[in-house]
Amino acid sequence: MNASAQVAALDLAERASRAAKVAAEFADRVDAEGRFPVEGMNAIKAERLMGVMIRPELGGEAATVTHIADVCAILGQSCAATAMTYAMHQIQIASLADYAVGSAWHEAFLKRICDEQLLVASATSEAGIGGNLRNSLCAIEVEGATARLTKDATVISYGAAADAIMVTSRRNAEAAHSDQVATLFLKEQYTLEQTSVWDTLGMRGTCSDGYIFRGECPAEQILPRPFAEIAAQSMLAVSHLLWGALWYGIAADAVAKSQAFVRAAARKSPGQVPPGALRLAEASNLLQQVKANVVAGLKQFEAAKGDGDALNAMSFSVAMNNIKVGTSQMILVIINHCMLICGIAAYKNGTPYSLGRHLRDAHSAQLMISNDRILGNTSTMLLVNKQDTSLLG
Amino acid sequence: MNDIIRELLSKHGGLPVAVDQIADTADLYDAGLSSFASVQLMLALEDEFDIEFPEAYLNRKTFSSIAAIAEALADITKDRQVA
Ligand SMILES: Cc1cc2nc3c(=O)[nH]c(=O)nc-3n(C[C@H](O)[C@H](O)[C@H](O)COP(=O)(O)OP(=O)(O)OC[C@H]3O[C@@H](n4cnc5c(N)ncnc54)[C@H](O)[C@@H]3O)c2cc1C
Repeated sequence: MNASAQVAALDLAERASRAAKVAAEFADRVDAEGRFPVEGMNAIKAERLMGVMIRPELGGEAATVTHIADVCAILGQSCAATAMTYAMHQIQIASLADYAVGSAWHEAFLKRICDEQLLVASATSEAGIGGNLRNSLCAIEVEGATARLTKDATVISYGAAADAIMVTSRRNAEAAHSDQVATLFLKEQYTLEQTSVWDTLGMRGTCSDGYIFRGECPAEQILPRPFAEIAAQSMLAVSHLLWGALWYGIAADAVAKSQAFVRAAARKSPGQVPPGALRLAEASNLLQQVKANVVAGLKQFEAAKGDGDALNAMSFSVAMNNIKVGTSQMILVIINHCMLICGIAAYKNGTPYSLGRHLRDAHSAQLMISNDRILGNTSTMLLVNKQDTSLLG
Repeated sequence: MNDIIRELLSKHGGLPVAVDQIADTADLYDAGLSSFASVQLMLALEDEFDIEFPEAYLNRKTFSSIAAIAEALADITKDRQVA
């Protein structure tokens, strides 16, 4: 990393920490009321963090996915719903910034994201398809210069609060389920008819309601690259890395709370090791594994970036899948350890050691693209892909 | 070679269209080849040609068309003759 990139990274972390402070203040209310984390997201916009991954010519700061992962981890420690909203937005930006290069419409829109700090949502999940990102039932209809699309979208996080939605569909009515495109629709170009309410165990503030999406826009808003390529080279990897980073944040905050609990106990009875101390050591050990997993994945991603062959390699997909499955499982073990350390103080809401929200938010991780589905894909690839057994490769 | 690939593709590709309607250079993923089916096809090719696809070939590009598969197979079997 050169000096200027380092300065930018430090600066980003500082800006993220200021926004995280605001998000933390409202995290419990956002969770209890199941409402959009408007204060946290406004703070993020005030820090001009929405478009940082975009090229400087278009108003961005050329931040890398690694920088954004750091922001997600910081936000994850304060309010997971804010962190997830930010992460999902950045996943869309990563696709737009790299897979619509040269498309005048999309570049103008990227500039608007920077100027106006716009929020972009995603509609990939579909009734009858579930979390299989690489399949669509709905098909976009292009007539002359106009594109029309209706989608039974089962889950659109912050759909009602977004300024634009990136929607996947089949390329046309004759196309196979896997022959997909992604189209960016602006708020004024679609209607959302709500079909389900996001009243969930956790991640309540993401307001991921279900909708019938009906949109009409100029056909130039369809991303020029096939969605298959965007998913394989960007969206899947960036999702798993940014989610992994924010999940790390949730677990890190739980460990910080339980460490505070153990230290308070140690101060109360000097000379004695508090009963939770050993378990805290275990939790710290597991947390380090999550961190190492995400950081190694980020290194691999940055090294492969721009190299189509490396990004398309099966070994790369296996590695990214493993990060998702591994981190999503491990954070639950960690938070459960923390719950045992802090006891009733963690189980109860409204104490300095409350972990109910952490535990509930963390439970979404295994379902957010089902781990079983991902393990199924990995197991298919392992039929032909030989595991790289080297330590550093 | 292309005929054998076509035969295995029709057996393992699970494509919604008949294989003889697909041009050698047509994109197989667009034609509906899933990643699961591409692995099944890969295994069948390994068996048929008694080869193992090296890591460098295990990507989307190798299986993007009948022509691309043929090219990969030619490369791999050529290497074997040299060795
Ligand atoms: C917090 C949160 C935010 C989200 N935000 C968005 C969003 O903004 N936009 C969006 O489009 N989606 C979003 N999603 C949805 C997400 O991407 C997945 O679509 C969703 O989590 C999968 O839902 P499902 O469990 O009903 O479906 P499925 O994927 O169909 O899985 C159902 C169950 O079936 C089993 N199963 C299904 N297929 C397989 C298989 N091939 N192998 C093994 N087991 C299988 C699994 O056990 C799984 O639990 C969000 C989800 C969460 C939790």
